[in-house]
Amino acid sequence: MYTDRQLAYKSLQYRREILSVIKRAGAGHTGGSLSCTDILNVLYNRVLRVTPETFSSPTRDRYVQSKGHSVEALFVVLADQGFFPSKELETLCQYGSHFVGHPTRKVPGVEQNTGALGHGLPICTGMALGGKMDGADFRVFTLLGDGELAEGSNWEAALAAAHYGLDNLTAIVDCNALQITGPTREVMSTEPLIEKFAAFGWAVRTVDGHDLGELSAAFAKPLALGQPSLVIARTTKGKGVSFMENQVGWHHRVPNEEELAQALREIDDALELPSEAEG
Amino acid sequence: MSAPAPPIHSVAAQTVAAKLGLKLGRPNLEVFASTLLELASADESIVVVTSDSRGSGKLVPFAKALPKQIVEVGIAEQNLVGIAAGLASVGKKVFAVSPACFLTARSFEQIKNDVAYSANPVALVGISAGVSYGALGSTHHSLHDLAALRAVNNISLVVPADNFEASEAVRCAAKFSAPVYLRFGKAPLYDLPEHKFEFGCSRLVRPGNDAAFIATGETVIHALLAAQLLEETDGLKCRVVSVPTVKPLDIDAVRDAASVCGAVVTVEEHMVHGGLGEACASTIIQGNGYKGRFKIVGIPDEYTVPGSQADIFHHYGISMIGLAETVRGLLKR
Ligand SMILES: [Mg+2]
Repeated sequence: MYTDRQLAYKSLQYRREILSVIKRAGAGHTGGSLSCTDILNVLYNRVLRVTPETFSSPTRDRYVQSKGHSVEALFVVLADQGFFPSKELETLCQYGSHFVGHPTRKVPGVEQNTGALGHGLPICTGMALGGKMDGADFRVFTLLGDGELAEGSNWEAALAAAHYGLDNLTAIVDCNALQITGPTREVMSTEPLIEKFAAFGWAVRTVDGHDLGELSAAFAKPLALGQPSLVIARTTKGKGVSFMENQVGWHHRVPNEEELAQALREIDDALELPSEAEG
Repeated sequence: MSAPAPPIHSVAAQTVAAKLGLKLGRPNLEVFASTLLELASADESIVVVTSDSRGSGKLVPFAKALPKQIVEVGIAEQNLVGIAAGLASVGKKVFAVSPACFLTARSFEQIKNDVAYSANPVALVGISAGVSYGALGSTHHSLHDLAALRAVNNISLVVPADNFEASEAVRCAAKFSAPVYLRFGKAPLYDLPEHKFEFGCSRLVRPGNDAAFIATGETVIHALLAAQLLEETDGLKCRVVSVPTVKPLDIDAVRDAASVCGAVVTVEEHMVHGGLGEACASTIIQGNGYKGRFKIVGIPDEYTVPGSQADIFHHYGISMIGLAETVRGLLKR
């Protein structure tokens, strides 16, 4: 089990790797991958009971990344978990590589093929329902974008998950307040999100999506018995790199050499603090 | 909720059916539901998912007998398919049951991604398919489903022609470890000759080399009656091939019919674009080339004529008389 500082150190390493992978591939969803990095860090290093060895076990916890475009964050974390050598990420988006720009099950550790939005929550509702039918104790997690919530299929699943009292299901919204066109509240407002999901019958908690402690506490166990959990993670798109933060243009922009160097410098500066405490 | 409909077969056609000794069976939907109940009673991993469709799916007895093996999602077809995919991914043998018109149009992306691309072995069951809901209008017709799903990788398409094929198709789907689409109608069906079902293979219902009918689903009986009529009136021996698996297609049987028979007529309860007919056409042309006579009978690309399934079949020549006339016309050319 990692200490808080070790975990914070990992987030910085992940951000470094995400940017490098995107730069090498010449493609990627930079802003969204950086906004969900801490969420994935906490899930895979503290919460999910899944390893490369247990990945085919029927009782493993499941994670489905519904906002599939932030795949670089997922691939980097899966590599760190040992699902495949991180060197393989050098083939991202290249001819013949399984590492395409959205999650596919050809990549070890990926549960479901996603990328079209509004699919993760229905699938996870089915997984959680199956778990309940079997009396299994695995938990199911899915990560949604805030812009993604405009897809109607989410709300069909929100009804069903509450109807069946699926407390083994946790949906997380990477609420970075931006989407490709601009601020989510201007494109298609989904607020008030807490009230909406609460009215649908979900247990809801809002956390700072970059506070590893708050995330850990929110994911540690279901928020309520007999209800599905919704964790609204308030995040910053492009988190960790000053000139990418809250900039809609960085939704899927690839950094040039100079930008990458500056971004890595910023991360390396931040790395020094937690790394001191490591030993 | 269906309007009263005239019989699907004319008096003349019923006479020919009687002469062939054919017995009228049940609607395939009922066979599907009773077969599934039988299988699920012995296998608790079998789960049915419905979208307020258990009544039209004839699944009320299933729900009564096996309440723990049926999941209701309400009127939400996208969610139906997503939930089915999730259930399948955790080890359930899932039959997702919804009217074919909604299942394959509204949830098309869920079928493409969550079932086929993610390789979750769901059996999608399109009920009241084709123009089974004839008089309810085009919103309730599924004349696009085979075309749409043929264009998706990693899903098989099964369209049973009689109770035997329906029962075999359900048994096969229950054992299948890959996605499959089953298509069932509401009309009682005659039991066809030659009980042989092998996944991916066609069924030779009647031999003959003067012309061939290659047909699927509820249209096969009309082809068989036409073949009998053509023998009586014109002395023609027509082959009748039932194609329960539209995908994968029995390529050998299709190419054999094209190379041996004087004309090939395909018949389907589907738009003439993208269904069985075009699958056969491309198979034949990409074989050794083909200079023979070929005709696709189905619903043309137009505003479908209003009426019951029987009316619509009759209107577009999916009938004993209509199909016999099509063969005569082709052979005259
Ligand atoms: Mg967003």
